[in-house]
Amino acid sequence: MKPVPCLKRREVVTALLADRGDLLVVAGLGATAWDVAAVEDHPHDFPLWGAMGGAAMVGLGLAFAQPSRKVLVITGDGEMLMGMGSLATIAAARPRNLRVVVIDNERYAETGGQRTHTAFSADIAAIALACGFPYARTVREADEIEPLRADIHQLNDLFLAVIKVALTHDPKALPPRDGAYLKNRMRAALLESQVVFE
Amino acid sequence: MMTTIMRQNLSDLTRHWAHDIYEVFQVQGVSMVSYVPDAGHVDLIKLCEADEKMRVLSLTTEEEGVAFAAGAYLGGKRAALLMQSSGVGNCINMLSLIKTCQLPFLTLVTMRGEFGEFNPWQIPMGQATPAILSAIGLIVYRVDAPSEVRDVIEAAVGLAFNGYSGVAVLLSQRLIGIKRFKEEK
Repeated sequence: MKPVPCLKRREVVTALLADRGDLLVVAGLGATAWDVAAVEDHPHDFPLWGAMGGAAMVGLGLAFAQPSRKVLVITGDGEMLMGMGSLATIAAARPRNLRVVVIDNERYAETGGQRTHTAFSADIAAIALACGFPYARTVREADEIEPLRADIHQLNDLFLAVIKVALTHDPKALPPRDGAYLKNRMRAALLESQVVFE
Repeated sequence: MMTTIMRQNLSDLTRHWAHDIYEVFQVQGVSMVSYVPDAGHVDLIKLCEADEKMRVLSLTTEEEGVAFAAGAYLGGKRAALLMQSSGVGNCINMLSLIKTCQLPFLTLVTMRGEFGEFNPWQIPMGQATPAILSAIGLIVYRVDAPSEVRDVIEAAVGLAFNGYSGVAVLLSQRLIGIKRFKEEK
């Protein structure tokens, strides 16, 4: 029997984003974007409302462009499975300031709760390691969250963590959905004023 | 004197148009290039890889390059995506990101399935490429002659990054040269 996950996604994401400093966050579409928005609406966040499968690659571009900052991609198991090839691309590039956290409830929760491949056999942490990620692990217990939060800020290398979470029905917490606004907000927060609207 | 002039002319004729693209990238600050390779992009990829100031990224599928370019721009850098026309279909939904966020985006597409194509499997996507790119909101330019490359790439970079637009430049099969597997045997 597979263990039933006990971790709750909203609590996990809130804990991971505590004392975030100048951390940059890309959130994959659907529940992970709502999770990040439920913590706060932050100018260093880029929540996706579409572009399924692209969250990790948006993170890679941002990590390349901002090498002095840590970039955290928070996305779901369905979104990550769609962009599985990007794990190979990212591992080959090995950006030391990028970290990917997959909130894995083994379901397409936004579309009726259909099971994803992680409910059966797919192990995203193992996939990342096989692609060449130097570090990857699957987190199941509450006492593993704080060490993961510390790694996000302190580990000077690429890594991926899968966090197995329970199926929960959380209140909707929607970030702004105007993409041009989200883009300009992040650039204004990151770049010199003369560059933002160049 | 005559010999010198002739040599210069010969040099102009043999200089690959990829140098024009690379020079425009340098002048316009395009500092990142991602690609799924195509024979038509070989020279440009080599030029970019030889430049320590450029980040060159190999992809598993073309749509990764769309998301990558979006992230790079969020962080203040300009990226271009190089692909073959067969990769355009892989990008369509990801290109929503470009239009909805008004992101500057530049892709250079080497064409198959058109002028002198011998492989029938390339023809459907090659023929659909301009319409598909237009349908998802990109501005589409096309280059048929080496002498047009620099001007068109300059215009495309300007339209993308000054105009906050998605722009695709189709590098035609006539420009690149027709692939003939039979002759390569």
